[in-house]
Amino acid sequence: MSDSTVVGLNHEEQHRPELLHHFADAQQQRDSSSFGMWIFLATEVMFFGGLFCAYLIYRGWYFGDFAAASKSIDARLGGANTAVLICSSLTVVLAIWAAQTSRRALLIAMLILTMLFGVTFLGIKGIEYKAKFDEHHVPGASFSFDHEEIPGHPGQYANPRHAQIFFSLYFIMTGLHALHMIIGLGLFTWLLVMAWRGRFTPEYYTPLEMGGLYWHFVDIVWIYLFPLLYLIDRHA
Amino acid sequence: MSMATATVQPVERENYLNKHYGVGSWLFTTDHKRIALLYLISITFFFFIGGFFALLIRLELLTPAGDLVQADSYNKLFTMHGMVMVFFFLIPSIPAVLGNFLVPLMIGAKDLAFPRINLLSWYLYIIGGIMMMHCMLTGGVDTGWTFYTPFSTAFTNTKIVEAGLAIFVAGFSSILTGLNFVVTIHRMRAPGMTWSRLPLFIWAHYATSIIQILGTPVIAITIVLVAVERTLHLGIFDPKLGGDPLLFQHLFWFYSHPAVYIMILPSMGIVSEIIACFSRKRIFGYSFVAFSSIAIAVFGFLVWAHHMFVAGISVYAALIFSLLSYAVAVPSAVKVFNWTATLYKGSIRYDAPMLYAFGFLGLFTIGGLTGLFLACLGIDVHVTDTYFVVAHFHYIMVGGALMGYLGGMHFWWPKISGRLYPEGWARLAALIVFIGFNLTFFPQFILGYVGMPRRYYQYPQEFQVLNVLSTAGATVLGVGYLLPMIYFLWSMRYGRPAPDNPWNAAGLEWKTPSPPTTFNFETEPVVTWEAYNYEELDAPHKEEVPVVR
Amino acid sequence: MSDHSQSSPLKMYFVVWGSLLLGTLLTYEAALLDLGRFNAAVALTIATTKALLVALFFMHIKGAHEKLLKLVVISTVFFLFLLLVLSMADYGTRAWS
Repeated sequence: MSDSTVVGLNHEEQHRPELLHHFADAQQQRDSSSFGMWIFLATEVMFFGGLFCAYLIYRGWYFGDFAAASKSIDARLGGANTAVLICSSLTVVLAIWAAQTSRRALLIAMLILTMLFGVTFLGIKGIEYKAKFDEHHVPGASFSFDHEEIPGHPGQYANPRHAQIFFSLYFIMTGLHALHMIIGLGLFTWLLVMAWRGRFTPEYYTPLEMGGLYWHFVDIVWIYLFPLLYLIDRHA
Repeated sequence: MSMATATVQPVERENYLNKHYGVGSWLFTTDHKRIALLYLISITFFFFIGGFFALLIRLELLTPAGDLVQADSYNKLFTMHGMVMVFFFLIPSIPAVLGNFLVPLMIGAKDLAFPRINLLSWYLYIIGGIMMMHCMLTGGVDTGWTFYTPFSTAFTNTKIVEAGLAIFVAGFSSILTGLNFVVTIHRMRAPGMTWSRLPLFIWAHYATSIIQILGTPVIAITIVLVAVERTLHLGIFDPKLGGDPLLFQHLFWFYSHPAVYIMILPSMGIVSEIIACFSRKRIFGYSFVAFSSIAIAVFGFLVWAHHMFVAGISVYAALIFSLLSYAVAVPSAVKVFNWTATLYKGSIRYDAPMLYAFGFLGLFTIGGLTGLFLACLGIDVHVTDTYFVVAHFHYIMVGGALMGYLGGMHFWWPKISGRLYPEGWARLAALIVFIGFNLTFFPQFILGYVGMPRRYYQYPQEFQVLNVLSTAGATVLGVGYLLPMIYFLWSMRYGRPAPDNPWNAAGLEWKTPSPPTTFNFETEPVVTWEAYNYEELDAPHKEEVPVVR
Repeated sequence: MSDHSQSSPLKMYFVVWGSLLLGTLLTYEAALLDLGRFNAAVALTIATTKALLVALFFMHIKGAHEKLLKLVVISTVFFLFLLLVLSMADYGTRAWS
């Protein structure tokens, strides 16, 4: 015995396939999905937040050593990656606008472009990681960071043990971020497939919005990671 | 609403239990009520696992010598007891069982906002549980449930990473439950169900969900850091690299203190419902009780370092956290005062749920007050890491949270199962639980005060009497827990069929059949009355009078 | 999510995009200047401005018809701050003991 007499639902809305039975109307479903995604992003903020907390504490304790370590990662590549992600956020909002205005070709193009930017980001990240590997800056048995001057303090050398903490945080934070980027690429692959099949209309593009929110969040995390990791004491 | 006749095999209306048959209909359900029952079975299983470890602990502590198990094994026993009880019983229990079942019913919705995510959260819980079981069966963990560094990252050889990942997965389950509740409570209330008409059970679960959402991710990242440090030997907490072991404790307790409010808030919500019903009165100071739930959730995030007073934090930080820890007691006290005021001039009935609520009132008060003793820096230096702390948190967790859970299970059992449990046995079980509990844990306050450390498997001879009392109490307590299991199961086949509202209680859930249909309400309810309208319910032969505010 | 007004949101998106890129350049250049103790503050201020731009305009918080989303964002940031600030209550004062 299923309940189909729901208050406030017209006949056409009742039969729209995307409307789930337990919602009163499409607006409630949209609002719930959006709210749910924002709450999920709140959990992600706290998830990264623990790492930022660790970072802040050690940066305060070992500023000179962190500055020396930060100088050894390529800020131009980091800056380029920031620009790449910013462009990808633009293509995301353009994709949603395309869905809102029934421009299927543009939607698909923007989704593909977004993913290309994402892959570019990961590629640049890979180049950076390789550079660190070659310089023996990856924490572990073969880590070495000898005779690196602390910026602004000529003759003083960074403590390798403290520098190793910087690099641990660098790899964990950027690695976790990259993992989220990979998940984002997976999400957008699925969105691309749905868009290709014509599932999105001006009345229904909720998955695009949800994917977009996630992608923008990943962008925002990087907006903070860039100055904190790459730009400690660059002027010295 | 049909009432079944009093024969042994009543004619069964279609309801959520009998609508579909087969294992698949249960394992792939999206009905919040079925998911609640899936959780009920799972968490009961883990409760007995955790209880089994407790039994072994208490058996070892019967004698002063360490003669039942070796020291390393004892470390594993209390660790596994803590991990299983905290992460696989206490944190999910009320929200995942009673919350899942009742939140949509109480607000007049057909289901939670995200039924498939609800099912996913159960599967995550099960996966985490299987991982934990595997970890325990292949050697377990010996660091204490708090897995402090650097012992957990650099020295122990036990299965830290596996246990940590199990907790990570279970934590994700917790986050999804909280997310679901918040969206549901905001978006899916029936017309007329304003915030100020919500049952306090809903307010309590809302506050709990906030903590689950904001706190759990921090322990998730902490577990990741510990796992990374153990496996890849990157040093964040390693003092040899200049890392700070206390950083682990800060991150760990940032979640684990609010976690204890995850455990107690839902129970407080249950107590509000029970006390109102069995005093036949609106809860005194409804707004205060509602907002105190939110206050507990917020304040709970401000006090975590009171677990670290002797760990090496600065004395100024200790002062700040001590002060904040006193503050966090205030909203809890507000609740206790309001519950007491509700009882005043109420028409008290002593059914089993009410017995559990009374037990909660007394035991939670003792537990809470002893928390204030611990918040005091001077006292804490003396009793920290002794059995005083163990007694304090068991008074809250077992005397508080678990009593509330049992009270709630009895209160809503007719709604969940469509059967009445045997009241005589239930009252007896409540009494046995209360006596057993106090016999188990009150001696531990004394033990801690006179100096017995926690997590020790041997102790000086002069502590034996108290330890024997405690173990005796634990046995009694075990009997008290077994009884409801037995008669609840019995009632599912032989219990008297329950009417829709056996307690004549207020609340939308009681307007559905016992047990409810799959979609809860035939027509969407429109709420025009305040919560706890017991005066109207008890007024004979009167229509429901809508209260216009 | 309701459609924006017909005065095209496109222009707004491109303006925000340009501002974000400019902000990135600013961050990089400012880091090369010696501002003493204010280097970190400047970098974080620019980063927060960029994050706000993304949140308000790309994630559509501005113009959201309910205050609920703003409440979620503000609460989350508040609790993150609690973690950072109260930890500092310990780490910042250890040297005093």
